[in-house]
Amino acid sequence: MKLELSGITKTFGSLVADDHVDLTVEPGEIHALLGENGAGKTTLMNVLFGLMHPDSGDIALDGEVVHFPDPGAAVRHGIGMVHQHFMLVPVFTVAENVVLGFEPTRHFGLLDRRRARADIHRISQEFGLEVDPDALVEDLPVGVQQRVEILKALSRDAQLLILDEPTSVLTPNETEALFAIMRSLVVSGRSILFITHKLKEVLAVADRITVMRAGAVIGTTTSQATTESELASMMVGRSVELVVHKEPARPGEVVLAVEDLTVEDARGLTVVDHVSFEVRGGEILALAGVQGNGQTEIEEALCGLIEVAAGRITLLGRDITRATPKARLRAGIAHVPEDRIRDGLVTSMTIADNLILDVFDVAPHARLGARNLREVACSGKERMSDFDIRAGSVDVLVSTLSGGNQQKVIVARELSRQTTLLVAAQPTRGLDVGSIEYVHRRIVEVRDRGAAVVIISSELDEVLALGDRIAVIYRGAIMDVVGPSVGRERIGLLMAGVTGDGAASSQTGVETGQ
Amino acid sequence: MSDTGFTVPAAAPPASTSPVKANAPRGWSRFFHWMVEANVVMVTALAIFSGLFVGAVLIIATQANVLHAWSLLFSHPGTTVSVTFFTVGDAYRDLFTGSLGDPFVIGHAIATGHGWGQALTPLSETLLYASPLCVAGLAVGLGFRTGMFNIGGQGQLIAGAMAASYVGFEIDPPAIIHVPLCILAGFAGGAVAGFIPGFLKARTGAHEVIVTIMLNYVFLNLLVLALTTQPFQQPHQANAVGRTIFGSAELPHIFGQNLRVNVGVFIAIACALGVSWLLRRGTLGFGFRVVGANQDAAKVAGINVRRATILVLVISGGLAGLAGMISLCGSDYFLSAGYGGTVGFDCITVALLGRNRPIGIVLGSLLFAALNVGGRYMQASTGIPLDLASVIQAIIVFFVATPGLVNEVYRLRGMNVGQGLLTRGWAA
Repeated sequence: MKLELSGITKTFGSLVADDHVDLTVEPGEIHALLGENGAGKTTLMNVLFGLMHPDSGDIALDGEVVHFPDPGAAVRHGIGMVHQHFMLVPVFTVAENVVLGFEPTRHFGLLDRRRARADIHRISQEFGLEVDPDALVEDLPVGVQQRVEILKALSRDAQLLILDEPTSVLTPNETEALFAIMRSLVVSGRSILFITHKLKEVLAVADRITVMRAGAVIGTTTSQATTESELASMMVGRSVELVVHKEPARPGEVVLAVEDLTVEDARGLTVVDHVSFEVRGGEILALAGVQGNGQTEIEEALCGLIEVAAGRITLLGRDITRATPKARLRAGIAHVPEDRIRDGLVTSMTIADNLILDVFDVAPHARLGARNLREVACSGKERMSDFDIRAGSVDVLVSTLSGGNQQKVIVARELSRQTTLLVAAQPTRGLDVGSIEYVHRRIVEVRDRGAAVVIISSELDEVLALGDRIAVIYRGAIMDVVGPSVGRERIGLLMAGVTGDGAASSQTGVETGQ
Repeated sequence: MSDTGFTVPAAAPPASTSPVKANAPRGWSRFFHWMVEANVVMVTALAIFSGLFVGAVLIIATQANVLHAWSLLFSHPGTTVSVTFFTVGDAYRDLFTGSLGDPFVIGHAIATGHGWGQALTPLSETLLYASPLCVAGLAVGLGFRTGMFNIGGQGQLIAGAMAASYVGFEIDPPAIIHVPLCILAGFAGGAVAGFIPGFLKARTGAHEVIVTIMLNYVFLNLLVLALTTQPFQQPHQANAVGRTIFGSAELPHIFGQNLRVNVGVFIAIACALGVSWLLRRGTLGFGFRVVGANQDAAKVAGINVRRATILVLVISGGLAGLAGMISLCGSDYFLSAGYGGTVGFDCITVALLGRNRPIGIVLGSLLFAALNVGGRYMQASTGIPLDLASVIQAIIVFFVATPGLVNEVYRLRGMNVGQGLLTRGWAA
């Protein structure tokens, strides 16, 4: 199916989300829509899927202009969408989820499970989407859940599949599997619109690439005719450093020592299993692993947010295993939390207030229990310019900022204290290329000033770019500690729990890897 | 925005990476905020109007003489209109003069210099009624602003009143010492009652709504128990009536003996200023607000969430206790079973009416008190039941709490009233 969008414009008040956007997707092609957060990609897709109505412009399918008053209409015209956040019912089986809303029924409205199952079987055979129709969705890994979403779209006979940031939740191997599925889908004549901000993936899988910036299409190219850095500068509007420039680490004293750290969850299951590692001043240890393998708990244990079942954490020789979060902040731990909206910011407060969330009650921000609002605003302004936070003023509510600027607020706050140890979890998740570059540079700066840095990330690129040493964690245990030069495949395998030849030599020990 | 259509990458202008949202208040921030406030004022005014309108319909529908006049609609339309108009007009005139004062009496007092007592009595009564309501409203508003739902105003008020009355009848120092002691006792009594749910929530996660509601029953019945035993029971009394406090513990009247309004008004104003300062400028209040808005972020930022939880409820309970003290030492002078009446719940209404802001709560308590005091006068002079004033109160609050509905009914456009203010208070 050929899709043509012409002159699509969508405004929200005075904000122009999409400005006369033209886009053509040919039958049988994987078309990537690339752009930073806020470039207007998602709005465009919502327009295409009937979730929003354009102010002007036309949507044409196979040369015929169509209107989608609601998503149902889009589905009937053969458009399927896989959202970034899955729209599945966790307690339903795969089959039930797939037929949800379009249930095949027998007499008296009884659900025809057999037909549902057969349909799924047929589709998964056809496209190599292996899923057990009777498995409960909540039991499935994220990658398989995504397959269910794709199945759902295909079972509605989707000819054009929109994938919104499909790889943000996947492991490297799952991503590869997804790409294979995408390729097999286009062979059958379907088209795929692949929305992302990850350059490598675009080049790996897309036939043609359209780049958007600030609501407008900047250009369309093919993956053969372009390079990562060209795409990046199209996205950002200036040339961008894709490689983190850093000197080799000059490790100093041991700053953080974690010995036999064990953490149990609320049900008493061990989620961090006797983990030991050391981080020296002036080096970055990257904790790599797929989401949910205990990294979050390690992060929280380091920052004093959860109870530790066993083990010891020492900072510069001082035991901080049971210290309060406040004591740890005062001792020089800077913390960029994984979920910045939940843990890092009070979005209903201003930038100025969020910049001093940790030091609001001490001089110069307060005196004798009274806040010095002038000083708060003043230092806020200073940090806004130091850390390149883009907003109208310090009195702007954080909720109105873009993800990149929100993250900068956290980074600014955390790095404004004396830093001996920086714990940063998924520091660039959901950020655009420009902000990623910025955050990475700041992290390397912190290292070069002699602080120890622990990066927790599920992004392989980030782990490889930043880590001086990489500890791969799987099911709560450190599989191995390696250097960044061992290569993506090896780390990808370790992330999946495969230790391979000789890799199992050191399970939890600390080594430089090289 | 940049050019439309296709452009070569090289020609693309070096735009900023993140387009700043257009509504960021710059130098206009003051004006902008004023506009938001003005909209709130607008909605509140319309809510009051709506309440009065529905009240008028109810008067028409319930008063026999008006109904009779309506039965003559076709034969004597003039009668229908005039009876309706005068009945509703009289009712609302009484509501007004009974709560704020009769313009003619006031004019007479100004002209002759006599009769001030009579002229100012309605206003005095309104202020008297408003003071404890305002302080208790602040207690609830402070809780709401910090994500804590203190529904235990009644119990805390009783605890404060009990403590104040004990200090009031047990010792008899000079007033200059006695009154401050009673104030402290009132606050402390309520604070203890607030500490219980605060501690339980901080320690065990017990939800404060349930605990505070249940504690209301505990304190209600504790009061009954106390009033039937020494030292609280009035000597030589079989009924559950408390001992009368000494004169030195009474809150001094502001305008002489004839007008009951007392320094409780000043206490209420001081509390409003205090809470306002705490939320705007106090580090303690900032911590409370952070905890109220996002507990996880507060924890990460090193704020002691447990301590804040306990302190909010202690202060909130203390304020409610202070409200009990104001009515005890200001006008009642002795305890009785079910002390405080509905103030412990009306204060929730007042907090909602005032959108949990101190200034709003002050105004809300005045409105609430005026409707109540005026409603009594209306009942006495026109026979329209006080319940009607309660209905009007309820409808006003109903509309204030649903700004979307007011927008809908009055077709307000571009109003930034949003669900924000109230629902944020109720959320989390």
